Parts: sequence; C-alpha cells; structure tokens
Amino acid sequence: MKETKNLICIGCPMGCPLTVELKDGQVLSVAGHTCKRGEEYAKKEVTNPRRTVTSIIPVVGGELEMISVKTKSDIPKNKIKECMLALKNLKVKAPINIGDIIIADVCDTGVSIIATKAVKRR
Amino acid sequence: MINRDIVIIGGGPAGLAAAISCYENGNKDIIILERDNSLGGILNQCIHNGFGLHTFKEELTGPEYAARYISQVHALGIDYRLNTMVIDINKDKVISSINETDGLMQIQAKAVILTMGCRERSRGALNIPGYRPAGIFSAGTAQRYVNIEGYMPGRQIVILGSGDIGLIMARRLTLEGALVKMVCEIMPYSGGLKRNIVQCLDDYNIPLRLNHTVTKIYGKERVTGVMVSEVDENRQPILGTEEYVECDTLLLSVGLIPENELSRKALVKINAKTQGPEVDECLSTSIPGIFAAGNVLHVHDLVDYVSMEAALAGKNAVKYVNGLFKPGFSIIIEAKNGVRYTVPGTINPNNAEDITVVRFRTGDVYRDAYLSVYLDDERVTHLKKRILTPGEMEQIIIPKKWFAERPNLQKITIMVEKE
Repeated sequence: MKETKNLICIGCPMGCPLTVELKDGQVLSVAGHTCKRGEEYAKKEVTNPRRTVTSIIPVVGGELEMISVKTKSDIPKNKIKECMLALKNLKVKAPINIGDIIIADVCDTGVSIIATKAVKRR
Repeated sequence: MINRDIVIIGGGPAGLAAAISCYENGNKDIIILERDNSLGGILNQCIHNGFGLHTFKEELTGPEYAARYISQVHALGIDYRLNTMVIDINKDKVISSINETDGLMQIQAKAVILTMGCRERSRGALNIPGYRPAGIFSAGTAQRYVNIEGYMPGRQIVILGSGDIGLIMARRLTLEGALVKMVCEIMPYSGGLKRNIVQCLDDYNIPLRLNHTVTKIYGKERVTGVMVSEVDENRQPILGTEEYVECDTLLLSVGLIPENELSRKALVKINAKTQGPEVDECLSTSIPGIFAAGNVLHVHDLVDYVSMEAALAGKNAVKYVNGLFKPGFSIIIEAKNGVRYTVPGTINPNNAEDITVVRFRTGDVYRDAYLSVYLDDERVTHLKKRILTPGEMEQIIIPKKWFAERPNLQKITIMVEKE
C-alpha cells in the first residue's frame, strides 16, 4: 500500500516541509528537503520515530519531594504513553544517585528508566 | 567585612562555569552566592533532554548537565553559600547579602562576576484585560510546580507565547494528563526551536496558532476561559476573529528579561536592547572589575554557550585581579541592518584573545541573506545564511590579527545584507 506522510524537518531553523512517499512501510522517496540531514531525518522519522521520555517520580524520605528520570536512550514514539503509565504510582526511596536504574526494561523496549538527579536521605 | 578575590553572584550554569574557570586560571579565593537551596539554577527544573550537545557531545537533561559542573565545584573545594540573597553591590565591589546563618554578610571583592540569569516577563507587562483570578502562571513557574514540587497547575490549559519553555511545558503537562488546548503566538513565527515545535506540539496534536493572542481573561476566583483573537500585521487584534476558549489555566511564555537590579545598584551601564550590562571583549562591564556572563547579559538559547561565555568571564576576572589588563583604545562594534545588538559591544585589541566571539540576534526573519562584517568601510566577512531568525542566536568570529593589520581601525559593523 502506498501512502504519503508530511513532516517538518527539525534539523535547523529552516523547518523545511518534507513529503515522504512510502510503500508497505518502505521509503520510496523524500521531497522538500534542502540538505542531506533533512532526507535522513525524514527516513528515520517515518520508519522508526523514537523519543527520549523524561518525567518525575516522588521520593520517600529524601531532601527533595521529586526526582527527575529519563529513558536511558530513546524509545519508539508509540510507547511514550505506555511508558508514562509505567511511571504512574511509582515511588522511590532516598538516597538515589544519577544513573540509578528505576525500571530495568520499560514496556519491553529493552531501555531502562534511570534517575537524572541525585537525592540524599533527609 | 570579609575579603575575597572574586565573588560570583548566582550559582546557576553561568556562575558554576565562571567559578570553575577562576579556579582553573589560578585564583582559588572565590565564593559563589546562591539564593536558592541548591546549586544549578534553572537547570534543576529543566528535566527534559537536549542539553550539552556542544560541550559533552551527548544529550543530557538539565539536572544532569548541572551535576557535571556541581560535582566539579565540590571536587575543587570551591566555596559557596546557599539560601543567600545578595541585596546590594556597590561600585567599590562591596557585596551585601543575607542568610539565616550568617545574618547580614558584607564581602569586599577585588572582582565580581554577575551571573544572576533572567526572569520571565509577566502578565503585567502584557496588559491583557480581565480579572486577576488564580490559574495564570508563567511557563517557568508551572515548570517548577510540576517538576520540582510535583503539583499540577491545572487541567485545561492555554499557552500564550511559543517560547521554548512554553513548548516544553505543553508536552510536559500533556504527558501528565492535562489537556493543552492551544499555543497562541502573536508573531507570524515561533520564538522556539523547530525541534520543540515538532516534538512538543506536533507529536501531541497541540495546535500552534500563529498571529494569535489572548485578548481577555475570564473568571473571578479561577480562570474559566480566555478570548483568543487573530492579529493583523501591526499585531493589533482583528475585530470579529474572537474565539472563546474554555480553560482553567493560562500559561505565559512571552519572553525573558535579564535580572539586573543588582547590576544597576553597582551603577553598571545597561544596554537598552539586551536589558543586560554593556560589556567589552573581556565581558567586563562599565565598572572595572565587574564582569557579567550568561542570561544576565543577554538571553541565550543554549546552555552550552552560557557555560563558554561564563568561563571567559572567569578567566578575565582572574586577569583583572592579577592586574594584567592593558589600557588601550576600544573599537566599537555597531549592530546595523537587522542585527539588533552585539555582545560584546566593544573590543580593546590589547586585551582581546586570539579570537573574539561576537554573539547577536536579528530583529526579523531573513531568508537567503548574508551576514557581513565591515572593518570601517572594508567588508571582510560575507557569509551566506539560508535563514536568520530572532529565535536563534548567531555568532561571528573576530580574529585578533585583523587589528594588527589595521592599527587605525575605529569601528566594526555587523549587518544583514540582501546580497
């Protein structure tokens, strides 16, 4: 099946409007880009869009109420919501160091959720 | 009175980098004064990623970027005071501050580095008619509530202004379950990075309404809605385009203002365009021995450049304390034809490094234009730029050898040219 997707390039402030033609999930053509980076971005964005997810979770017994966390690397874009749900109702105990693993493999992505802030015990 | 060689006002990204630079350039008699309860400044609440690409060649979150500098400050044993509010700096470099343990503390410094950062423009600066109900926040305040305190500012949200903090908060609040109805931008272009438009708005189907503004706020106890209107080319609301949008919260992301009350007390000359101190190539203000760097000087897009700028201020503060500044004629840098301002504004060739980085913003969007540098009447740089936009800081490199080759140089002009 053929389909067309429209994107805005994020490579630079130009923000070129990109048009990608796909057939059965394979990129047929990219149009609208004005540099190589735009073409590469378009290909990746339509076949395998990924994002780093960042959020916070409450800390028990720490100097701070909340610590910030992130997915250690990017995860598929369509897993963002599921990832946020996995963080819901989660709490951690102080102390926490930067890089501590909060969830080992979030939503079967093979990517862990790690702390991005250190919190000492209160 | 306590004596210190160098006092750094503010422990955010600029203050941390300045302090480390002072130490590395040989002066250890330094102290950072920070009003919050931790070092790191605004980075502590910027939990999203994208920091440090230039400096560390990886994408860090704000707290991670701050931690790299904070751990260095700890490792070097650099002195700092938290919960310490500086209330006065005078032109003789006496800094008065207060905190719970020291009470009123006065420090006589040989050099001062101003790194107080900036603050958000508030509703008062916009003159939006309506009551003053609860539910109106600056985007950064909402960011602090959500990311530090763990509170949601509201459930149904309209954001006015498409600055990066507003865009980041649109995504953040959506992920936390709020409904972000729209982002209104009075200008025909966004003030935020393209990447944030795509990854914070488009990813979540949040509409960006360019040429739109909020013309009235409804609600007495709490915001109940806002009137959104389209604006004409003079940014005046167009009658008949009003649309009522129900919401319980209005976030403002309408610009940042360098925080220079202390600089003014020290009689530091402020530039009307940047709202920050006027500085020379050493980032020295109009008062000898008082330096400035980071968002207190001019508002940056990227923290990496704040850190680099602050490191230069730190290096020069040490030079000043050591009496190594050479007097000399200062060449004026003139911002012309679309270039709104430059930092620095003057260069004394005797004190300039091998290269001087001149940073600036344009006042409008220019496509397929040129950035030119003139030394008096001679054009020496003519760079083709596919796009120049006020949302992205630009820079030009001025090599020191240009001055040696032209001993009578009076003025450097930086401008946008069509051809």
